[in-house]
Amino acid sequence: MMKRLPLVGLAVALAVLLGVPPLLKSYGVYLFSYWLVFVIATMGLNLTVGYAGQKSLGHAAFFGIGAYTVAILMKAGFSFWLGLPVAMLGCFVIGLALGFPALRVQSIYLAFATLGFNVAVWLVMRNEEWLTGGTFGINNIARPKLFGVSLDGALAYYYFVLAVTMVLGALLWGLVRSPWGKAFKALRDNPIRAESLGVDVQAYTLLAFAIGAVYAGVAGALFASLVQFIEPAPFAVGTSFMMYLMVVVGGPGYFFGPVLGAAVGVLLPEWLRFAQAWYLFVFGIAVVLLMLWLPDGLLSIPDRLRARRQARAASALRAARASAASESPT
Amino acid sequence: MSNLLDLLLAGLATGAIYAIVAVGFTLLWQTSQTINFAQGEFVMLPAFMMLGFMTMGAPLLLAFAGTCVVAVVVLGWGFKRGLADPLLRFGMMPIVVATLGLSIAIRNGMRAGISAQAYPFPSLFTDRLFSVAGATVSWADVGTLLCALALVLGTQAFLSRTVTGRAMQAVAQNTESATVLGIDVPRMVFYTFAINAVLACAAALLVTPVYLAKFDMGESLGMKAFFAAIIGGFNNSRGALLGGLIVGVAENLAAAYVSAAYKDAVALVLFMLVILFKPQGLLGKKEERKV
Repeated sequence: MMKRLPLVGLAVALAVLLGVPPLLKSYGVYLFSYWLVFVIATMGLNLTVGYAGQKSLGHAAFFGIGAYTVAILMKAGFSFWLGLPVAMLGCFVIGLALGFPALRVQSIYLAFATLGFNVAVWLVMRNEEWLTGGTFGINNIARPKLFGVSLDGALAYYYFVLAVTMVLGALLWGLVRSPWGKAFKALRDNPIRAESLGVDVQAYTLLAFAIGAVYAGVAGALFASLVQFIEPAPFAVGTSFMMYLMVVVGGPGYFFGPVLGAAVGVLLPEWLRFAQAWYLFVFGIAVVLLMLWLPDGLLSIPDRLRARRQARAASALRAARASAASESPT
Repeated sequence: MSNLLDLLLAGLATGAIYAIVAVGFTLLWQTSQTINFAQGEFVMLPAFMMLGFMTMGAPLLLAFAGTCVVAVVVLGWGFKRGLADPLLRFGMMPIVVATLGLSIAIRNGMRAGISAQAYPFPSLFTDRLFSVAGATVSWADVGTLLCALALVLGTQAFLSRTVTGRAMQAVAQNTESATVLGIDVPRMVFYTFAINAVLACAAALLVTPVYLAKFDMGESLGMKAFFAAIIGGFNNSRGALLGGLIVGVAENLAAAYVSAAYKDAVALVLFMLVILFKPQGLLGKKEERKV
């Protein structure tokens, strides 16, 4: 029964994701697509932060690089299907190039390096008008065609994003269960022990970081086609902080953490747009309280309840044994 | 040439303000391993509080004194008891995340609850110019630089010359030995939080006339201070001074001679160079990895 529960949950979730959007107005469908884009981006960040334990605060830069690569190439007359792999490759290479100096020194330095990188990327987006359109941005970004089927409609594009999310999610699922993924987790939990067991620490952390960046690039590419108008603002440092917090709120290292985190981080505030500043205020406070009471994120609640139940059962067992021992004279 | 002198001086003045914030930042790091991502907001809040006191009729310096008292209680004691103490047991990341959340909450609370506008702020100094050796120099730059230097050097002197300051350094170097030697560690840690709060108020006093009081004024200031701290050496508060001045001057020169649009990237470039070639910072000591 307990083993079946996740499968049933997954089936229900899939049914909702497939069945509910056709009933919504186009803004609702847009919000769902928007949420999935952030799920993809934070899945990548979860790999970097939650599984490999690297503190990356520049995820929005890769998100932006993906979006701008696709937008610029499509404006130049190329297809989305060329733009997407270029964006992925670009993010991977830049991720390696940025990670290499930053990962030489452990811990908090990567956070600052990625943070600064994000500022630099944002400055390029804002200042290089010949390439990025500056603050005017790039508009009228087309939506792609898939096997001759146009994805122009909100619903068609939503299903496309959903399919990409599923594929990337499945890849990540496979990755974290492969020997590679186990090496990532070993690094997070005890880098020194991992190193002594022959895990090449630098290569693996670099790889985890770069793969996370690729996920952000894909998300950015989908984002550009979804909103059809991009400008520098959504790729500023603030978005990186939000993405990081989404991972932490959902539960870093939990596979479905980003799904929940992105819902709290982008779906709700988009919905409550009229109260956005207050929403962010409440969100910020909630993050602080979460750290104080539930530092492993929302998805750690079931684990925590289970641990408590086991502890209670164990102490009951001990008590029973103790009383049994005292009753029987030896 | 005269232009260069002016640029240098303005850069030093800005850099000295970065240094004030960076010193507070390194102090917290040294004594308690706290990394405060809300450091910029810790400057923004006092700026608004001083404005609040002044609208109630207090003169600037009285408003500053009152704000310092409130800041020590709220941003010093409150921050330590409410966030740092309970979270530090779990390592560095929870406190980083919590202060990120705190900074989002403070900034947006200010925007939604008080105002999203920028307010002018009175300067301590006149805005007159004077000329030295053919160069025009502004009093405000000189005054800001001198005040900020006095503050940073005063903090240094306090740390190295007084018994309390030395006890604080002992805590920073080795908490356990300090406890064994009878130093009241929690009290010393509280002192660093209090000093950080006062330095933030002073930074607000000096920087707000230029930046204007606005809910997001702390964002770039906090980030520059982090970079300054790392460039100079994370575990050395003299390094924070050096790093701050370097960042300020380099930024100003780059804005004038290279590209004004990329001014904000200067700190990043310096930072990347430093971690590539001297990861412990210019004045920092190498920290051995503890197994």
